Amino acid sequence: MRNAPIIQDSAMIESPEIMPAKSKLQHEVSTILEHYQHDKTRLMDILIDIQDENGYIPAEAIDYLSHELNISTVDIRQTVSFYHFFSETPRGKYTIYLNDSAVANMNGRKAVSKTFEKEAGISFGSVTEDGLIGLFNTSCIGMNDQEPAALINGAVFTRLTPFRASEIIRDIRAGKQVEEMFVASYGDGNNSSEFIKAVVNNHIMKRGPVLSDQFKPGEGIKEIVKMSPEDVIKEVKISNIRGRGGAGFPTGLKWEFCRNAADQTRYIFCNADEGEPGTFKDRVILTEKPFMLFEGMVIAGYAIGAKEGILYLRYEYKYLKKHLENALQKIRKLKLLGKNILGKKGFNFDIRIQFGAGAYVCGEESALIESAEGKRGEPRDRPPFPVEKGYLEKPTVVNNVETLCSIVKIIKNGGEWYKNLGTKESTGTKVLSISCDCRYPGIYEVEWGFSVNDILDMVGGDDVQAVQVGGPSGSCIAPNEFNRTLCYTDLATGGSLIIIGNHRDLLKGIILNFMDFFIDESCGSCTPCRILTVLLRDKLKKIIEGRGVMQDLEDMEDWGKIMKANRCGLGLTAANPILTTLKNFKNLYLNKIQINKDYDTGFRLDEALREGMKASNRKVSVLENK
Amino acid sequence: MNQILKFKLDGVECMGYKDQYITNAAAENGFYIPTLCNIPGVKPRGACRICNVRVNGKLMTACTTPLANGMVIECQTEELKDLRKAIIELMLTEGNHFCPSCEKSGNCELQALAYRFNITVPRFKYQFPERDIEASHPKLIKDHNRCILCKRCIRVIKDEQGRNIFAFGKRGNRITINIDTELANDISDENARMAYEICPVGAILLRENAFREPIGKRKFDHVPIGIEMERFHK
Repeated sequence: MRNAPIIQDSAMIESPEIMPAKSKLQHEVSTILEHYQHDKTRLMDILIDIQDENGYIPAEAIDYLSHELNISTVDIRQTVSFYHFFSETPRGKYTIYLNDSAVANMNGRKAVSKTFEKEAGISFGSVTEDGLIGLFNTSCIGMNDQEPAALINGAVFTRLTPFRASEIIRDIRAGKQVEEMFVASYGDGNNSSEFIKAVVNNHIMKRGPVLSDQFKPGEGIKEIVKMSPEDVIKEVKISNIRGRGGAGFPTGLKWEFCRNAADQTRYIFCNADEGEPGTFKDRVILTEKPFMLFEGMVIAGYAIGAKEGILYLRYEYKYLKKHLENALQKIRKLKLLGKNILGKKGFNFDIRIQFGAGAYVCGEESALIESAEGKRGEPRDRPPFPVEKGYLEKPTVVNNVETLCSIVKIIKNGGEWYKNLGTKESTGTKVLSISCDCRYPGIYEVEWGFSVNDILDMVGGDDVQAVQVGGPSGSCIAPNEFNRTLCYTDLATGGSLIIIGNHRDLLKGIILNFMDFFIDESCGSCTPCRILTVLLRDKLKKIIEGRGVMQDLEDMEDWGKIMKANRCGLGLTAANPILTTLKNFKNLYLNKIQINKDYDTGFRLDEALREGMKASNRKVSVLENK
Repeated sequence: MNQILKFKLDGVECMGYKDQYITNAAAENGFYIPTLCNIPGVKPRGACRICNVRVNGKLMTACTTPLANGMVIECQTEELKDLRKAIIELMLTEGNHFCPSCEKSGNCELQALAYRFNITVPRFKYQFPERDIEASHPKLIKDHNRCILCKRCIRVIKDEQGRNIFAFGKRGNRITINIDTELANDISDENARMAYEICPVGAILLRENAFREPIGKRKFDHVPIGIEMERFHK
């Protein structure tokens, strides 16, 4: 209670029951806490609500939460400080998060960011003195086919230009609402529906079973009410579908493990964290096929014996919240969700949406579960696997958006039908997110088994230097490998293909950005992932600056092997940008290193002296030479 | 009685119990698998990664992996020895570990491991980060220069209501272990001492306790780390 008059009545002071009056903020937090029934495991939701309400998470709110939830403040800050979109200081009435991914940079981000800085009068990472505008960088926001893009108070702005940037700042200063600042018409498909209204485009260039228009809500659930859960799993196993998030674990097997777990309370999660830079297919599926996705969750819930499903959605896609909640309402009305689904007694299942708050590592299933429990997204040790001990220690299945949609088609048309699509080892179709240097970037649903050459023909990519398959954690391949095929046994991918033209500076423009990305996104738990990513990035920088020697290349190769000691997928693959280019584009490195030198510390006298020289207004010959 | 399981460690037939972690089973069979973040009796975390072994060919952390019947475990291969050495070198170069001035010298597990692995000059360059020393707490001093982020204090030290006194802050290479100011003010003597003792390095120090134990009489002054596990069967 601040600035309140001191109560003089001694009777009141002596009476211990009388609590000090709550401040406005405490009232607000109380209401939020009541909404989540004071449940500690819902800390993410609680913090998101506080952040959305205030633009930041005030220290007073943390103290109050600590008191009400009986957790220490340092523990709450452990969660707050982990996530990119949480902040303990105000981030401006208008917060601009400009995507800093490699592809955004290749599409002219720099000029846009410069304009933002110039017009707002501040640099990125800060807020204007009047608290009006905050400028911040953010990792890939899933708009790679319409970059440069930014999130402004949660609304998406795509295809930004310096002109648009200055317009936006002008509109902010004029006090316009974010929605009033859109200039183009809303995007295609549901992007222009009343529940989304976003200037975002789907760019669906090729449709298959998942993206086809021939879907009627309930078509899969109608089938399963006639089947036993075991039969549903059997059908999925016949289809031989594997996880579409990137890891490629057989879905039927995962479900079976979970179904066989002793504990009767089980959960199904849909992983919609889609953080791999260059991936945006789940965004399009969530926009166009929410009924299908939720139906897939119902089917999965039925198969594994779960009563509750949770859609873990990345914060970047918060603009889809109303749309998805509306879809949930609709299918509840159709009796496809809720109690006694389609009249089947005891078939109860419902879904809620859980938001993340900006952390790539939460796409890893056990980190996702930790996050959903209100903690920092640190991947767990395995065993035990989530199917044995997952969310709230209960057996849990985590499936990707696309996997769950494919399941609906498998149930409708049969596992045998699905098996005939794709290749023997990799059945079915894959929804690809294709971006950057090609004529038709966007979403393509193709059968597994396409070669990279086929893809390039399809999307209009010529004069290609490299293709980054599977995002930064995947591999960067050269033209001599373009005959390789997309499938689990050759080029496995979660769906991101970044096409890099010959005119690009691969190492400086792309690989360095990817390394910075992993450094930012590492949870910091495993020693090699926390430290070695930085050392490898520094080596790469040294080479790009022309200070590298042969030994640096050898070191990078040797040190890269240490990354296998890490726990999770992020740590295991975080050196891949360097390791795969070192393998496939060795010449780029060889051309940069000094061949007449065996050793170079990388120390630059001119750089080290620059600041001091500037301050003392002196010029030294070493500086002039540069 | 727990079910007895058979396993092979570096070619030697061994026996252990169901639900026993590999590190413990190995120790009972006279094999030392180096660990740093692990504390016997506390739920393991697998943070430091130096106990990585190959289980049936696959890399797994020995401290977190329960024994299974018929496991074939490789521990002392050249590959794994170098992997562990590299990780210890990474820790040594990440922080500011200046042993001669450190109160924990001789009782420090990181230092003892560095000796055991014959580390003279690390292959990585020193980072020399700028880090703080928190000396505002009444019973504890937190020296961030020496913290290796093993998470031992976070996992073990709780107040009587089960609240965390230590917790991580931030992520990636900016990660730190922070102390709750309020709870640290009320920390029991027992908890403060435990925090000091479980810290494998000199990152958590007990006030007014410096150099109580003279150098020369400290845990690793005369014997290498892990020797007690290996001694009985040799």
